[in-house]
Amino acid sequence: MIIGLKDIARLFSISIVTCCAVFVCTMFLNYNIDLASVDSSALTMAGRAIYQAQVSMGKITVAVTGGCLGVTSAILLVFYIKNYIDTHGKELGILKAMGYSNISVARYFWVFGFSVLFGCAAGFCAAYAYLPNFYAVQNADGFLPDISVQFHFVLPLSLVVFPALAFCAFAVLYAYLKLKSPVLDLMHERRQIKVKNGGDSAKERSFLQSLKRATLKSKKVLAFFIAFAAFCFSAMVQMSISMVDLASQTFAWMILMIGLILAFLSLLLSLSEVVKGNSKTIAMMRVMGYDNAACSNAVLGAYRPFACIGFIIGTLYQYGLLKMVTTFVFSDVADMPAYDFDWFSLLITLVAFTAVYELAMVFFSLRIKRMPLKSVMAE
Amino acid sequence: MIEAKQLVKTYGSGQSCTRVLKGIDLKISDGDFVVILGASGSGKSTLLNVLSGLERPDSGRVLYDGADITALSDSDLTKFRRDNVGFIFQQYYLLPNLTVEKNVRMGADLAGNKDYGDIIKAVGLEGKTKKYPGELSGGEQQRAAVARALAKKPKVLFLDEPTGALDENTGRQVLDYISHLHKESGFTIVMVTHNQNIAEMANTVIMMNSGIISRVSVNPVRKTAYEIGW
Repeated sequence: MIIGLKDIARLFSISIVTCCAVFVCTMFLNYNIDLASVDSSALTMAGRAIYQAQVSMGKITVAVTGGCLGVTSAILLVFYIKNYIDTHGKELGILKAMGYSNISVARYFWVFGFSVLFGCAAGFCAAYAYLPNFYAVQNADGFLPDISVQFHFVLPLSLVVFPALAFCAFAVLYAYLKLKSPVLDLMHERRQIKVKNGGDSAKERSFLQSLKRATLKSKKVLAFFIAFAAFCFSAMVQMSISMVDLASQTFAWMILMIGLILAFLSLLLSLSEVVKGNSKTIAMMRVMGYDNAACSNAVLGAYRPFACIGFIIGTLYQYGLLKMVTTFVFSDVADMPAYDFDWFSLLITLVAFTAVYELAMVFFSLRIKRMPLKSVMAE
Repeated sequence: MIEAKQLVKTYGSGQSCTRVLKGIDLKISDGDFVVILGASGSGKSTLLNVLSGLERPDSGRVLYDGADITALSDSDLTKFRRDNVGFIFQQYYLLPNLTVEKNVRMGADLAGNKDYGDIIKAVGLEGKTKKYPGELSGGEQQRAAVARALAKKPKVLFLDEPTGALDENTGRQVLDYISHLHKESGFTIVMVTHNQNIAEMANTVIMMNSGIISRVSVNPVRKTAYEIGW
């Protein structure tokens, strides 16, 4: 089985997502473990309130960040494995035809899970390097005693080794299930995507409308990632603006950077996959005489509503989360500023996201325009 | 009238440079049925690509009724293809996640052709409009590709080894459909093949060898798809 450098390089996106997840989780978990050594009964009332709030905040952050990004990494992994099997069906089919069992082929897919080890290790190391600053920010008010950064062996085990092993096993299992397809189906790539016709309305639909639907339905996971990109951008940018008042500038920058990395990564990855996955369709459309605008609209236009949905959910999510944290978690903390929906940050974020998204669309439209017809059709 | 003047096309560079077309001159009359014959590597497919505006020559000109298409910008060339030419390839290139009907509409919508159903009927696929390409045989897929190409009402139909992936019976059937539709509609056909027997169906036969036209002949009598050898 040939898993080339190009295939491995594409897994870099999983490494970045897991890196962000482990970075955040390591900081909050390490802080919570160290905080547990503090005798809370010796603290002042204000200190106790801060202590409880910090512990709860850490738990919420770890659960939300770890959960969301963990699921995203798993979906990315599934997407890459499925894509690999779809594009290498002939090679895999020949291996099966020669007598290799499903599991003997599938076990090599552990390499896909290896990207998680790289990402988790990088996130863990980055978090440890940043922990002294994080501790200083957490106790900026001086209500808690100074805590020094301690190394807890359980963290690299649970945040690096265990996820890496789990993702390797998951990769092998998923590949095993996918490889259960009959040999001829793999070799002849008989996995055609059928779009439900939808009765009379389907007959009325033009070719471009039908293609738009088919493009969307053929790779639904890309719609998820585009919505996820919009979600990250919307939630994290708005949250980071609010964090300047609610927490600190350091927190605001950290959230902003993580949000932008995840948003750009998801958006560029999804759009490049959309263009790459539809290169033959685009080439054939251009051969037939469809202009660049029609090609771009048919292939990329279908995803715009998902970006809108992701943006709306992200806005509601960050509002709900911050409202919950300020209302329940930090309710006993003195001098906690009141939090209300920030329409101005929504406006800034909306304008910025629209600009970013449309620029990305223009960039990928240019890629479509420059696509070499002959070489694409000869593939 | 299609005219090619001193077409030169080279692939690669340096020592791996190969001159595929070495100064081709030819004229194709409107409504003609032209077959370009030649062995593998003779440059026949490259000539078809250059004549149809899919590729630009390194030098030389391609004129359609006196208008030079090699001087057109990419967007004008796309518009030219939309308004004038249809393609049928050996590999069909149907869109796999659209039904036969929608694949044919790909061509029909460009020409505003609402009667594309007649073409589907003419190629014998009226019962398979809701099928996907993966559910069709090779011959049926090629017939769908023929319908798609003709639904945009091209002035010139370019075919690159249209029967290359088909068995004898299916190949004859597809050629028969194309031949009938050519007689009815009167468009120009330029077909590339390495099968000498198919050349007997054409009016004009252009023989290519190592990037040059070695012979042009006119068939006094055209045979049907069922009369030629295979």
